[in-house]
Amino acid sequence: MNSVILRAGARLQVVLLLVFSAYMLLRGHNAPGGGFIGGLIAATGFVVYAIACGTADARKALRFDPGSIAGAGLGIALVAGLLAALWGDALFTGQWLFIGATETEKGLPLSTVLVFDIGVYLVVLGAILSITFALEEAV
Amino acid sequence: MDTSTPSRWITPAGLLPVVIAGSLFVWFAQMLPVIAAGDTLRFVWEWVPSLGVNVSFYIDGLSLTFALLITGIGALVMLYSARYLAGHVHQARFSLYLTSFMLAMIGLVISDNLLALFVFWELTTITSYLLIGFSHDTFKARRSALQALMMTGVGGLALLAGIILIGTTAGTFEMSEINAMPGVLTESVMYLPIALLVLAGAFTKSAQMPFHFWLPNAMAAPTPVSAYLHSATMVKAGVYLMARTHPSLAGTDFWLWTLTIAGAITMVFASVMALRQTDLKLALAYTTLMALGALTLLLGNESGYTITAAATFLIVHSLYKAALFLVVGILDAQTGTRDANSLFGLARALPITAIAAAIAAFSMAGFPPFLGFIGKELKYAGAIAVASEPIFVAGALLISSALMVAIAGIVSFRPFWSKSGKPIEGVKEAPWPMLVGPVVLAILGAFFGIFPETLATTLVNPTVAAIIGSAEPAKELKLWAGVNLPLFLSIATFVLGFSIYYYKQKLREILIDMTTRGPSFDNGWDRLMAGIASGSKALTRNIQTGVLYHYMVVTFGTALAVLAVTLWFRSTGIPKMGVPQVELWDWLVFLLVLLGAILTLVTNSRITAIAGLGVVGIGMAMIFILYSAPDVAITQLLVETLVVVLFAAAALKLPSLTPEPMRKRWLDVIISVGLGVVTTVILLKVTTGSIDRELTTFFETASYPQAFGQNIVNVILVDFRALDTFGEIAVVLIAAISIFALLKSKPEEDKP
Amino acid sequence: MEQLLSILIGILVASAVYLMLARNLLRFLFGLILLSNAANLTIFVAGRLTPGAPPLVPDGLDAPIGVVANALPQALVLTAIVIGFGLFAFALILAFRAYQSLGTLNTDDMRVAEPKEPHS
Repeated sequence: MNSVILRAGARLQVVLLLVFSAYMLLRGHNAPGGGFIGGLIAATGFVVYAIACGTADARKALRFDPGSIAGAGLGIALVAGLLAALWGDALFTGQWLFIGATETEKGLPLSTVLVFDIGVYLVVLGAILSITFALEEAV
Repeated sequence: MDTSTPSRWITPAGLLPVVIAGSLFVWFAQMLPVIAAGDTLRFVWEWVPSLGVNVSFYIDGLSLTFALLITGIGALVMLYSARYLAGHVHQARFSLYLTSFMLAMIGLVISDNLLALFVFWELTTITSYLLIGFSHDTFKARRSALQALMMTGVGGLALLAGIILIGTTAGTFEMSEINAMPGVLTESVMYLPIALLVLAGAFTKSAQMPFHFWLPNAMAAPTPVSAYLHSATMVKAGVYLMARTHPSLAGTDFWLWTLTIAGAITMVFASVMALRQTDLKLALAYTTLMALGALTLLLGNESGYTITAAATFLIVHSLYKAALFLVVGILDAQTGTRDANSLFGLARALPITAIAAAIAAFSMAGFPPFLGFIGKELKYAGAIAVASEPIFVAGALLISSALMVAIAGIVSFRPFWSKSGKPIEGVKEAPWPMLVGPVVLAILGAFFGIFPETLATTLVNPTVAAIIGSAEPAKELKLWAGVNLPLFLSIATFVLGFSIYYYKQKLREILIDMTTRGPSFDNGWDRLMAGIASGSKALTRNIQTGVLYHYMVVTFGTALAVLAVTLWFRSTGIPKMGVPQVELWDWLVFLLVLLGAILTLVTNSRITAIAGLGVVGIGMAMIFILYSAPDVAITQLLVETLVVVLFAAAALKLPSLTPEPMRKRWLDVIISVGLGVVTTVILLKVTTGSIDRELTTFFETASYPQAFGQNIVNVILVDFRALDTFGEIAVVLIAAISIFALLKSKPEEDKP
Repeated sequence: MEQLLSILIGILVASAVYLMLARNLLRFLFGLILLSNAANLTIFVAGRLTPGAPPLVPDGLDAPIGVVANALPQALVLTAIVIGFGLFAFALILAFRAYQSLGTLNTDDMRVAEPKEPHS
């Protein structure tokens, strides 16, 4: 598919979809979204980019090997689960830290749960991209 | 192996087993005073308490007798093997197998828990398999090993079933507790299956007819193994089992007759077959069978005479048989042959071996003043006292004992003293480590014969007490019991035995003629194995056709049948449905998905089919949106997009679809429509029933206070059920890796 | 609506099974997708349908007010969709590679592992 408009559009939408996917990932705990959805959105962006500009460009734009991204994601999710052990809880128990919390304000919540969701995001993104890229290159 | 040149035999691999066996022997021997005083020892460790499996050891006369035989003969045999196998490439392996076997055998005889006993039982089977197949480069060894494994393995499974039945019937697996409850098994309705299963285990292990044929074949093992496993110890495991369960299983007509008949037939058959052999080792193997038959026969009864006879004969036989096997091993090693027809007059060349052989043979033939004589007298006294058929039993004993006399002559008189052939030149006496075993064992037989009291008070009486509950009925062991019926029977035995020895050549020819014409168990075994193999092959070919369509038909057909039958029998009628509340939107979505499905179903165009699938997917997403599942809907839409992208990339490189007309696929129509209907009916039943929202309520109320999340679905995924999610993303990653590997392999490499 | 969806699932299952029983591997894949859709929908419907009330906790409250949609089947279906995608992708690539190697998509002719017996 050799269309200048599609290629230019694909570059733009990959940025937009990446930002949007990060937004979906971060809000996932309180509103529809989360790691699965975020990862799928980001993957869709790169898949469209690969269709428009070829997988070689898409791989370059991604910077990292999708297989490595997925592996790193699984590792991050595992670490997030194991962290619970530091506090003596059962594996995969969420741990929370509220920065700047006051009596009335919740403050900025940080949690191992979010780390876990980031892991999910990376696995979904990496796995789907490694499948699609490999397939595109094989046919 | 060449034992005539002094090679280095003092190696850790050779001597470590001797040390282990010797120390264990000493350890067991120091328990003798306690046991001889009539006490028992018991040690318990809980292992799997929830299953009632304990590691519990129980030592009474019976187990101590076995333990001493195992470790004592074990130490001698291992010393013998250290020299016999010196320099063998796999000597260390051999030592490992033999030591493992010894430990398993000890565990077997001192376990109180029946499940632990079973584990050790199987361990002896496995180590025996490894030892028979030690010379694994010969076909015969491999076949014999496998045969022994199959026979004793099948028996082991039967024993396990029997043990489980015993455990459920008696409420415990501890043998000492079961034996303390008289009648708990014999009066239960499960008695017959229990007895059959336990005896199946005992008979295969102790090679009773018709499961006997593996034992002569097991002689493919190195001679020390034959001496140790296949005469003195492992094959006695079945005997041990019958003795151990005697208090709770014996005393019924079934037990009495089964053991008497099986024992008597095995005994007579084996002694006749022994006469037929010219290979000395095989002849000994058949006499072992005879001994096992005699022990089985004696254990069928409950009288003090028979049990005393069994306990005594058990010890006698282990001593002389191990000695004789080791003697045959020496003959084999020093002359290179075990053929009775080429070994003559070796007494001058092998003086010590000859004397040991002679003493052991006197015990085997039952001459006074050796222990064998006492054993034989007791057997006759026991036979006269048996509850079943004294004449039948005594007759069987007479024939086999006479044959023993003849075979003792063939094995240990002729090779050393006979002048009917020329002795082989240049034969040297065996080195001392190989002589210790036969000499010590032979002398013990003579010693106990002259001083029977030492054996009676320490081992025989406690063993009898363990088998029938009290030592009271134990009969005295004495050389001279006066002029009585057993004495006349003994004299008759010698007369008959000598005549058989005299006419052995003629008799052997007749026997060879008979046995080659008759059916052979060994060939039957081969046919059975071949039948099983071809049967499995046919079964596999029919089930595993390699055609996907067959697998799918069977899978879906089974699913349909199971679901339909369950629905039919468990059904409580058609569910009551209220007037369905269906909005316009619902109808539109329904029609949309229906359209997509039908499109995919009927089209012969790939693009149309992919489009149809996309329509179905989008319809699904709409259902999720309509019914309050925004997360699911978004996921569904995104995945649907990716499915279409992948399909478009791959499917268009594949050939276009060919029509498969429906009128030729009536079976497929029936299965698919049936499954569809069944699914709908089940779902209608499910949705009209009540629903348990306990979990959902928990997630709803705990989501924010405990996990600080307002999106309950996401909280379930990443917090409450995070471990599941972790497993799922791991699966996704594995799928990606597999696909990557598939695509990167070259198609040319796997062209058929 | 549960009743209507139950019928729809039945239709999807029937179509999926019929397609999976076809000789062509591509049709088998179509059936696989339909079947996983039907399975997801089954889980969803079995948890009952609630229109217009997604399982979200409103701001400032500890639990949702009134009846909201069942969150548990939603979580199950969400992961099932992603896993189903993995399965589908794997099956598709397997079919693709099988065609490259064997030159056919007809499953009756794919006999590498269990070749036809010469005499049968």
